[in-house]
Amino acid sequence: MTETITLTIDGQEVTTEAGKTILEVAREMGKDVPTICYHEATTSNAVCRLCVVEVEGQRVLQPGCIVKAGAGMKVQTRSERVTRSRRTILEMLSSTMDLSEAGDIQSMMYDYGASSSRFPDAQRRESDVKDDNPMYIRDYSKCLLCWRCVQVCAEDAQYTFAINFEGRGFETQIATFFDKPIPETTCVMCGQCVGVCPTGALKPKREFLLESGKSPAEISVMNTGKKQRKPR
Amino acid sequence: MSEIDLVPLQPAIERYIPLGRSGLLPALHAAQKIYGWLPETVASEIAKRLRVPLADVHGVIEFYSMFYNKPVGKKIIRVCTDQACALKNADGLLNHLCAHHGIEPGQTTGDLSLTIEASPCLGLCEQAPVALVDEAAETNISPNFKNYELGIPRSITYGPLRILTANCGHGTTSLKTYGEYAGLKKAKTLNCIEVIEEVKASGLIGRGGAAFPTGIKGEGAERAIGNQKYVVCNADESEPGTFKDRVLLNDDPHRVIEGMCITAYAVGATKGYIYIRGEYPYIVPVLENALQEARDAGHLGGHFDIEIRVGAGAYICGEETALFESIEGKRGFPRVKPPFPTTYGLFGEPTVINNVETLCNLPLILTEGAQGYRKYGTEKSPGPKLFCVSGDVARPGLYEVSFGVTMRELIDLAGGVANGKKLQAVLLGGAAGAFATGDHLDIKLTFEDLRGAGLPLGSGVVLVYDETRDMRDALQRIGHFFAHESCGKCYPCQIGTRRQMEILDRVADRRVDSGDFIRLQDIGWTMTDASICGLGQTAASAVLSAMKLWPELFMESNDIPMENKEGKGKKTTKPSKKVAEKVSAKKPVKAKTVKKTTGKKTTKKVVKTTKPKAKKSTTKKSTARKTAKKR
Repeated sequence: MTETITLTIDGQEVTTEAGKTILEVAREMGKDVPTICYHEATTSNAVCRLCVVEVEGQRVLQPGCIVKAGAGMKVQTRSERVTRSRRTILEMLSSTMDLSEAGDIQSMMYDYGASSSRFPDAQRRESDVKDDNPMYIRDYSKCLLCWRCVQVCAEDAQYTFAINFEGRGFETQIATFFDKPIPETTCVMCGQCVGVCPTGALKPKREFLLESGKSPAEISVMNTGKKQRKPR
Repeated sequence: MSEIDLVPLQPAIERYIPLGRSGLLPALHAAQKIYGWLPETVASEIAKRLRVPLADVHGVIEFYSMFYNKPVGKKIIRVCTDQACALKNADGLLNHLCAHHGIEPGQTTGDLSLTIEASPCLGLCEQAPVALVDEAAETNISPNFKNYELGIPRSITYGPLRILTANCGHGTTSLKTYGEYAGLKKAKTLNCIEVIEEVKASGLIGRGGAAFPTGIKGEGAERAIGNQKYVVCNADESEPGTFKDRVLLNDDPHRVIEGMCITAYAVGATKGYIYIRGEYPYIVPVLENALQEARDAGHLGGHFDIEIRVGAGAYICGEETALFESIEGKRGFPRVKPPFPTTYGLFGEPTVINNVETLCNLPLILTEGAQGYRKYGTEKSPGPKLFCVSGDVARPGLYEVSFGVTMRELIDLAGGVANGKKLQAVLLGGAAGAFATGDHLDIKLTFEDLRGAGLPLGSGVVLVYDETRDMRDALQRIGHFFAHESCGKCYPCQIGTRRQMEILDRVADRRVDSGDFIRLQDIGWTMTDASICGLGQTAASAVLSAMKLWPELFMESNDIPMENKEGKGKKTTKPSKKVAEKVSAKKPVKAKTVKKTTGKKTTKKVVKTTKPKAKKSTTKKSTARKTAKKR
């Protein structure tokens, strides 16, 4: 019943169900197509452009996460143009934000020979940790604007609409209404944004405190004002 | 916060409430008219009334540079510091104004009476230098900054053809003068397929910059199935150096409206929008009046009506899908394509979106017929064409010609390079275009000839730089322009425009880092190849073209290959020679150059948030010195 199509990816012919994206087909073939903003649970917006591939006949590279595999397509997932774009994007990212907790991206950088010091004197996006609620912290120095948190807070999951963007271009940042602290927003502390954050920019408060050297007992005091419960 | 009186807000936004989220930009404009800026309580009230999430309202205010969420001056002066104005000492003008009021660009006076900002291109290039003073254009500002014209800007039109510009140059043309909508009348004697066929046969190609065949667009939308179809006029003319749509809209609005009516008839659209950039506020009443005239005459009404939407300072909204998002009350993020507007456009419905000049061609095609229309222009680029000629030419203005004239003929029409100087370069197609030189003068300005030469026609910009100009300065401004205007959606453009700007700053300051050439190339190719929309894909176009023409500018002196350095190599003789010429030509105007550099630094400060301290003091000092001189 399902329609099948045949296309060529990196010279290999592949027959698959129609309606899949190039990324899906390529990954099924075992190809390593890197992604940052892509997440199964969120709408693909093709923001990071890491999954771009070269499709014969197309003027520019195509984002694999949204472009559907088509019959007769000739796709290259690792051509020179593709690797140059991926490498440069990774280098630009590492010149901009703190990727120390983004292990996946670090391995991509290794894979593509991307240098973290490619851009000297580059302006970085730095901001103080926003620690304004008991559940999670926001460290936008680590944020690479994958949009996932905004999406799950809105129509992709929670319909809470507590966060959106501020600024434009390089100055873009995730923000609440007039930068209000989280408890003064519509946030319901569902934690989905923390769950989809790829870089540790959003982090459970407890994890943050443990990492900053606090002991579980100290954290407990901070939470309740009381000492840790005695074991029964 | 609490002292803000929300009472006047209610009646001002009442009419936008039924529009829901789509009413957001109009409501914010209306509120800003009352309060001068958008305080939190006002934004919150608008969010509540329009039923838009608070964070989203904040996101929208933050996206558009003409919306303010902090108090600004009662009066706002925006001084254009883009390409054409920069050639006419716009930096000097900005510094002069700021020094006079004791503030820095981007700042507001202590008594909140005045804010002065540097602005990207205001679309008044033929009358440079210019500023936008609240809603009035200040043009033809004299070298001593004392004399200027204020109000609705003049239209300066020339050229051997006067078809599209037949009614331009004498103020706004009323419906009475414009006469009946003859093209629409003719269209209505045909069925919609026949109208589309006529447009296809005419070979009309879109004039906004993307060069898409207009007839094909119409065909797609006509075939598409939807609850409602839309016609959108893209009047977000923001490409630096472009001002043709401003002239057409202001002087001959009925030609635009008739073009929209013809399109609506052809595709079966019932609703139209004119999205005009926020930098053209003085045209809004002109359009409102023209739409009313058209309604009174029965051209618009129940079957098809048009609404005006005003942008708020975002170049990206000239990108068709970003423009839809903006009409829908969102941040101007371009959408992923496909789906294309013809099937999934405004509000997700089939939409035809055309540039102002494109629409103005439609009445002509209908009245003359496709064959008659093809009398003008070439086989592959039929029709009349408007060129925005500015910069160092004797007679800057809007030139209407037949497609097929060469760059040399066009520049000659404009009186040649000003003050008897020699030509150094031409910026074709605006900031998103490419640089050409004297070697390209005999190329015909058609889609096919330019494509063959690897040059874009873009939006019809021909911006001339004479031999004394420092192209590094032009490039730096292009860098700052794109860094300021990138929407920030996709990584290549969001970060690439910033990194490109940083390197171009180094180029302009003559402190090129070894490896900058390759870095710039990698950034440029990555933006071109991997960006989501036309902005990112062309953000490096002019820079990459300059790197081909003048590679020396981007290299450390010891990085320059020998044959380049000597200026006698076979391949690269020309650019090197030109640089040599430029350097020698610079000496006599040394004083001027110094002035320009100081000005540039101040401008840079507006866009950039951080700046080395040492420089700051120099800027201040030099500004102070200049003020003293003035007194």
